[in-house]
Amino acid sequence: MSKHVLLIEDEPNIIEAISFILSREGLKVETHSDGTTANARLRGARPDLVILDVMLPGKSGYDILRDLRAEAGLADLPVLMLTARGQTRDREMAERAGVSAFMTKPFSNSEMLDTVRALMDGALNGDA
Amino acid sequence: MTMLNTLVAVCLAYAVFLFAVAFAAERVALRGQVRWLRSPAVYTLSLSIYCTAWTFYGAVGSAVRTGFEYLTIYLGPSLVLVGWWWILRKLVRIGRSQRITSVADLISSRYGKSNLLAVGVTILAVVGTTPYIALQLQSVTLSFEVFSAEDLAPGEEKGHTALWVAAGLALFTVIFGTRNLDANERHNGVVMAIAVEAVVKLAALLAVGVFVVWGLGGGLSATLARIDASALGRWEIDGGRWAGLMLLSAAAFLCLPRIFQVLVVENDHETHLRTASWAFPLYLGLMSLFVVPIAVIGLDLMPAGSNPDLFVLTLPLSQGQDGLAVLSFLGGFSSATSMVIVAAIALSTMVSNHVVMPLWLRLAEPGAKVSGDVRSVVLLARRLSIIGVVMLGYLYYRLSGGGEALATIGLVSFVGMAQVLPAMLGGIFWRGASKLGAFTGLTLGFGCWGYTLFLPSFGAGVFLPEPWVTGGPFGLGWLRPQALFGIEGLDPLLHAFFWSMTLNTGGFILASLASFPQPLERLQGAQFVNVFEHSPSPRSWTGGVAQTEDLMIMAQRILGARDAQALFEREARRQGARGPLPEPTPDFLEMLERELAGSVGAATAHAMVGQIVGGMSVSVEDLMAVADETAQMMEYSARLEAQSQELARTAGQLREVNAKLTRLSVQKDAFLSQISHELRTPMTSIRAFSEILRDTDGLSAGQQTKYASIIHDEAIRLTRLLDDLLDLSVLENGQVNLNLREGVLAHVLDRAAAAAAADDAGARLLIRRDPVAERVRLHTDLDRLSQVFINLIANARKYCDAAQPRLDIRVTPGVPLIIDFIDNGSGISPEAQDMIFEKFSRVSDQKAGGAGLGLAICRQIVTRLGGEIAYLPGQGGAAFRVVLPADLALAAQ
Repeated sequence: MSKHVLLIEDEPNIIEAISFILSREGLKVETHSDGTTANARLRGARPDLVILDVMLPGKSGYDILRDLRAEAGLADLPVLMLTARGQTRDREMAERAGVSAFMTKPFSNSEMLDTVRALMDGALNGDA
Repeated sequence: MTMLNTLVAVCLAYAVFLFAVAFAAERVALRGQVRWLRSPAVYTLSLSIYCTAWTFYGAVGSAVRTGFEYLTIYLGPSLVLVGWWWILRKLVRIGRSQRITSVADLISSRYGKSNLLAVGVTILAVVGTTPYIALQLQSVTLSFEVFSAEDLAPGEEKGHTALWVAAGLALFTVIFGTRNLDANERHNGVVMAIAVEAVVKLAALLAVGVFVVWGLGGGLSATLARIDASALGRWEIDGGRWAGLMLLSAAAFLCLPRIFQVLVVENDHETHLRTASWAFPLYLGLMSLFVVPIAVIGLDLMPAGSNPDLFVLTLPLSQGQDGLAVLSFLGGFSSATSMVIVAAIALSTMVSNHVVMPLWLRLAEPGAKVSGDVRSVVLLARRLSIIGVVMLGYLYYRLSGGGEALATIGLVSFVGMAQVLPAMLGGIFWRGASKLGAFTGLTLGFGCWGYTLFLPSFGAGVFLPEPWVTGGPFGLGWLRPQALFGIEGLDPLLHAFFWSMTLNTGGFILASLASFPQPLERLQGAQFVNVFEHSPSPRSWTGGVAQTEDLMIMAQRILGARDAQALFEREARRQGARGPLPEPTPDFLEMLERELAGSVGAATAHAMVGQIVGGMSVSVEDLMAVADETAQMMEYSARLEAQSQELARTAGQLREVNAKLTRLSVQKDAFLSQISHELRTPMTSIRAFSEILRDTDGLSAGQQTKYASIIHDEAIRLTRLLDDLLDLSVLENGQVNLNLREGVLAHVLDRAAAAAAADDAGARLLIRRDPVAERVRLHTDLDRLSQVFINLIANARKYCDAAQPRLDIRVTPGVPLIIDFIDNGSGISPEAQDMIFEKFSRVSDQKAGGAGLGLAICRQIVTRLGGEIAYLPGQGGAAFRVVLPADLALAAQ
């Protein structure tokens, strides 16, 4: 059974790129582009991994992550956060919110893929 | 010659003796032992300045001429002291509590500190007293002449005698009358000297009397028999005249400046009045005891035509009793000098306080009014006033020729000074008495006195034309000076007294009733009339432990408990006192005042110490001084407050600047963060797809083309973003160079619409324009303006969400020129309206792919062009208004 990745991102071109890369590795990619409804979606079918953008319409990635971590069944869900705002402060905020791994845009496709694999194997624990 | 020389020597010795007495008294007072200096006996004796040379010599003359009438002059004051002592008590209490320094001060103080009244009373006093001083000088000269009659031709030296006496008196008064500036105007040395003189003159008169009765008259019964046999014994007593004269002398006793000086100003304790109320009438009784015997026996023994005014002197002399004659001379000399000294002090106080000082204060440089300066000016004014007053008396004596005219001047002066009485009594007993009333009364009374008594006293034709006196001015008989309103046959003196007092009192009462007193008058009126409720019970001026305790309490409050105790103990040790509390000696008080002054200011310290030690309330002058100091302190604190406000303002400004900097820093961070995001997002796609293209095998041709297009589009997006950022940066830094040209608005809009359409091929926006209004000519940077229009049209194209998107471009020509861009979409929410012109603010994210800099750039451009751009709410769709000055060149001017 293929692993299921939920990609929460609002840039169509980036969605296309990530979907392409992950699909090629046999992962099932579902995308969601609206911040306000992201948490509701997460309460539904539990994915194996969440890739989360920071700047989302309606609700920021940090808030989605915080709310997600507060929910009983989702506290241990691996979350990879991608951000285009590459400052140290953004990384710290992500870690406080309970991120599993953190990557700055633009990223190397292979690196991103390695991180995703590691997260799904449980090799990474809260750090990238 | 020998006799005269002896006399001069005696005179000089006596003068030296008086100087010594006064000096010793001052020294004793300085050591703080004023208790015996200020005994009731000394007080009573000092009142004897009422008995001048005029009474010493003149009483006998008066007895010869008018029988027992001379007694009225003694009975009046006795009446006041015995029967009216409550008036005196009130005067003394008011004098103490209000720090009254003279009659003029009393009247002025009572009637709202009116200096006009003070000047009036001062003039009255000077006019009334000058002849009296002249009279004293004359009596001294006459008595000299008696002795020198054998040696010199009459009149040869009299001018010089008077001058020397006047100069000596002025010197004495200057020395002892202005030793220090005491707010209470107390003169220990002077009072002691005149008390000694009082004893001398009483002793002299009694000695002469005893000699006359037992040495010449052959014993008491024989003398009484002689009196019965003489004309005096059969003298008719005119009841009306007696009553009038008694009333007059009683009034004068209250009003004469010199009596007021010793009675009120120099009074040390109210209880002294009790002693004086019996002792002074007794003194007067003793003074008058031998008047009639001397008169009768003098008439019997002296050659016919002898001046009865000098019987006191000539009787012993004619009997070869040179020693007794010298004593008698000294008695007369004492009477004259004590009167002149006290009168000069009293008058100089008035003149300097109410005439010289106000003038000086008005004329002096404002900067010169520091306290030390004022003090020296006051002293100088006092001294000059004393010399002036005495010399005025001397001049009057010389000009009047020293003749018989002077003899009657005593009573004339009395009537003049009595004019103060209604204002004085009214002031202390009637709260309704007003300044206008006092002024009216004094003016009427003084005028009437001058017209009916003073001026006629020089004789008809001197000041008043002869016909005026006999037939009235302008032939108006009822205005004859000595028969006002047709009342004739009255003694001129009583006539004047009656009319002046009637007009004075009437005017005073009527004007008081008709006028409304000023606030200060009402306040002072209440203080005067209710003085016994307002002022503290009298305490002795001299020391006491209770006072020291009060001083200690006060000092503790000001200096702090430890410092105050240390100060008092140090002083107690220095004084050799047994306890920790020192005696309140003047030295100590002065020192304490100095210490306190360091903390609260000199005037306040003086007022505080004065209030405790003197048991007096604080005078208005003190309060003014205190207020001055308070004002100064308030000014300092206001200055401090201003400074601290200034500091607070500066701190506030700094805080504001800091907040602004912080805000700018936050904005800069946010801006950088935004730029980072806007740059990284397209780059992410570019990198991801370029890696896919590079690393992925077996991509379809369609996929390859698609991914290459994405990379291309994102590269363009990046370029546009960088262009916008650079553009904005240039605009914001003001480095933009405007390319001003003439053009037509329609052409600019045409170009913009075309460019916007070319930018986005899929657009189906309908643009409605107003060709007529667009024909307006512009002088501006047409390219920049076009850039703004492109942005607005492109925005409408991107964001208008209507089914049939439409943009209306409405132009309102004129100055300024208004161009509105209104689409038919759902518009921008009110919250977002405030933000749309900020950098990176996008109303709906990502949909149109802009970086959110367009409107920020528009605003910068329009601002540079001298116009404004704003969102226009309430137009249905999104609406922007661009306001431009039609001619930028014009606007720039």
